Amino acid sequence: MQTSSRLVKWLISAPPLAFLLIFFAAPSLIMIFTSFRLPGEFGGLAPVHILPGNASEDSGLTIETYRFFFSDFIYFEIFLKSFTVAALTTVICIAMAYPLALLIARSGKKFRNLMIMLVVLPFASNFLIRIYAWMIILGPESALSHMINNVLAVFGMAPVTLLFSPFAVLIGMIYVHLPFMILPLYTNLEKHDPILLDAAQDLGANRWQRFRYVTWPQSLPGIFSGSALVFIPVLGMFAIPDILGGTGDIMIGNLIKDQFLGTRDWPFGSTLSIMLTLAVLCIAGLFSWLAKPVTRIT
Amino acid sequence: MALLEIRNVTKRFGNFTAVDNISIAIKAGEFFTLLGPSGCGKTTLLRMIAGFDAPDGGQILLDGKDLAGLPPEQRPFHTVFQSYALFPHMTVASNIGFPLKMAGKTPAEIKTRVAETLAEVELTPFADRYPHELSGGQKQRVAFARGLINQPRLLLLDEPLGALDEKLRENMQRELIKLQAEAGVTFIYVTHAQNEALALSHRIAVMNQGRIEQIDEPSRIYNFPVNRFVADFIGKINLLSARVLEVSAAHLKLTVTGLGEVTVPVSGHVKAGDEGVFAVRPEQVRIVAQSPEIPIESQLLGKIKDFLYIGDVTTYIIALSNNTLIEALLPNSVPGHAKLFDIGDPVVVSWQEQSAQFLPD
Repeated sequence: MQTSSRLVKWLISAPPLAFLLIFFAAPSLIMIFTSFRLPGEFGGLAPVHILPGNASEDSGLTIETYRFFFSDFIYFEIFLKSFTVAALTTVICIAMAYPLALLIARSGKKFRNLMIMLVVLPFASNFLIRIYAWMIILGPESALSHMINNVLAVFGMAPVTLLFSPFAVLIGMIYVHLPFMILPLYTNLEKHDPILLDAAQDLGANRWQRFRYVTWPQSLPGIFSGSALVFIPVLGMFAIPDILGGTGDIMIGNLIKDQFLGTRDWPFGSTLSIMLTLAVLCIAGLFSWLAKPVTRIT
Repeated sequence: MALLEIRNVTKRFGNFTAVDNISIAIKAGEFFTLLGPSGCGKTTLLRMIAGFDAPDGGQILLDGKDLAGLPPEQRPFHTVFQSYALFPHMTVASNIGFPLKMAGKTPAEIKTRVAETLAEVELTPFADRYPHELSGGQKQRVAFARGLINQPRLLLLDEPLGALDEKLRENMQRELIKLQAEAGVTFIYVTHAQNEALALSHRIAVMNQGRIEQIDEPSRIYNFPVNRFVADFIGKINLLSARVLEVSAAHLKLTVTGLGEVTVPVSGHVKAGDEGVFAVRPEQVRIVAQSPEIPIESQLLGKIKDFLYIGDVTTYIIALSNNTLIEALLPNSVPGHAKLFDIGDPVVVSWQEQSAQFLPD
C-alpha cells in the first residue's frame, strides 16, 4: 500500500521531472560550461584540453568572458536599461490592468466570461504579426502619427517619429504583456469576499479606505504573480526591440541573440545568459517574498 | 425620546414587499431582537438601519434626526455579520483596531484601546494571529470586539451565533449578555432562533411577511402571544380551532373542535362569534393516570399515543377519545423512572383555566 502509492507518485511526477532535467537543467549546465570556454576561430567553440600535467597552461578554459563582462560599463548599462524597460512595462501594466480586472471581477457572470475571452483573444493571432501591425500603426504615415504631429504643430512643437524609438518598444512590450497582468489579477480579485467591503464600510471606511485597506492588500499576491509574468519575459525579450526599436534600443535579449547569431561568440553569449538568469532569480525571489498578503493597522 | 425610531418603513424588491410599513422605537441601552422566519424581512430592515439599503417609504431617525442619505460609513452603527467578515489579511489586533483607524485615531490611542479590548474579550494571547488561525468562538469574539471598540450608538447583529455549535452558542449567549451590559451599547439583534431571542433580549419584535406581529418582553411574548402566528412560532403549543360563544367580564366561553365547551380568560378585543384558536402550552397540560377515585365526568380522557424522550423532559402525545391530539411536556424528575407513562397508558388530561387562551385568527 505504502510502496505502491509512493510508486504512483513517482510515476506521475517522473515525466515532467525528466522533461525539466533534459530541457532545462542539462542545457543550463552546458551553458555554464560553455561560458568558461574560448570561442573558436570561425565561431563555435575552441577545443578543450583537459590532460594531466597540462591543466595550468592551456586547458582551453578561462574566466575571460566574466572579466570582460565586468570590465566594460556598456554591459551594465544595457542590463540597467533592460531592467528599466521591464520595470516600466510592469508598472504601466499594473496601472492599466487593475481597473479592468476589478471591473471584470465585479461584474455579472455573463459579462465576465465575455471580457475574459476578449482579453485572451489577441493570442489567437501570431505574436510577430501583431508586432508588425504596431509597425504600421506607429509608422510615419499612420493616422496616429499624423494626429499626434498635428496636435504638436498647434503648440508649435517639432514633429516626432513614433516608430524605432524607446517609446515604440515600450508600447509593444505593454501591448504583448498586458493580458499576463490582467489574468492573474482578475483571478485574485474575483476571489475576494464582497462582504468584507460591506464590513469595512460599516466600520467607517470610505471608498478610498475600502480600496486601500481591503481590496489592495488582498490583491498583492495577484499583482506579484502578474508582475513576475510580465517583468521576466520583458527582460529577455529581443523580438520587440528588434522590430519596433531603433539602433540604440537594444536590450539584453538582443545582445545575447547577437553573440550567438551575429558575433558568434558563444562563451560570451553564455556568460550574458547566466548573468541574466541570476538577475531573474533574484527578482523572482524578491517577488515571492513580497507576495505575502499582510496588512497591519498599528 | 427613543434612540432609534423606525417610522412606517417600507421596502420593496420588484413586486415583493420585504418590509411592510414597520414602526419600532428602540430605547438607549436596550437589547432589542428582530425575530422571524427566514424571508420575513428582518435582515432587510437591519440593512436599512445600517444604511446599505434605502427605504422605499418611511423614515429611520436617530435621536429624532432622519438618517436618509447618510452612507453606512457615516452612521455611528457597527454590524456583526453572520459570517463574521473578519479581514483575512489582518491580524486579530489589526481587525479590532480597524474602526479606530477609520475614525482617524492616533496609532498610540489605537494601540492602547486595542490592548484593553483584547483583554476584555480574553484574546490578548491571540493578538498577532490571523483569522484563519482562530476557532469559531474566537472569531466570534473578535467580531464582537471589532464592532464594539469604537463605541457605536448601535450594534447591529445579524444572526451572529448561527455558525456555532450548540454548546458554544449557549456560552456565547451568556457572554453576549455580559458584553452588552458592560459596554452599555444598544443592540439590535436579528435571529430566526426563538430560544436565542427569548434568552437574550429585553424586547422582541416578532416579524412575519414583512410585518410586525408583536413587540413585547420575552416572557410576555411567550405567555401572551397576540395571535396564532406568534404562539406557533415561539415555542411549542397546542392549537385547536375554536369559536367564541359567550363573552363575560373575565371569561370567554369557547366551543373548541375536539374538546367541546371550554372557558378561558378574556384576552384582547373579542366578541361572540369570533373564529380563532384555543391555545395551551404543552408544559401547562397536566396528565395523570386514570383511576376510580377521579370522577369520570368533566374530565378529558385519552391514551398515550406517542412520546419523544429528550433526557430532561419527555413530550407525550395524547389521543383523546375523539382522536383529538394534545401534547404535554413533563420533566423527568421522578428518581428511578426514565419516564412516567408508556404508549397505550390511559390518562386524564387537564389544565388550569388561566394557562389557556383564545387567539383570534
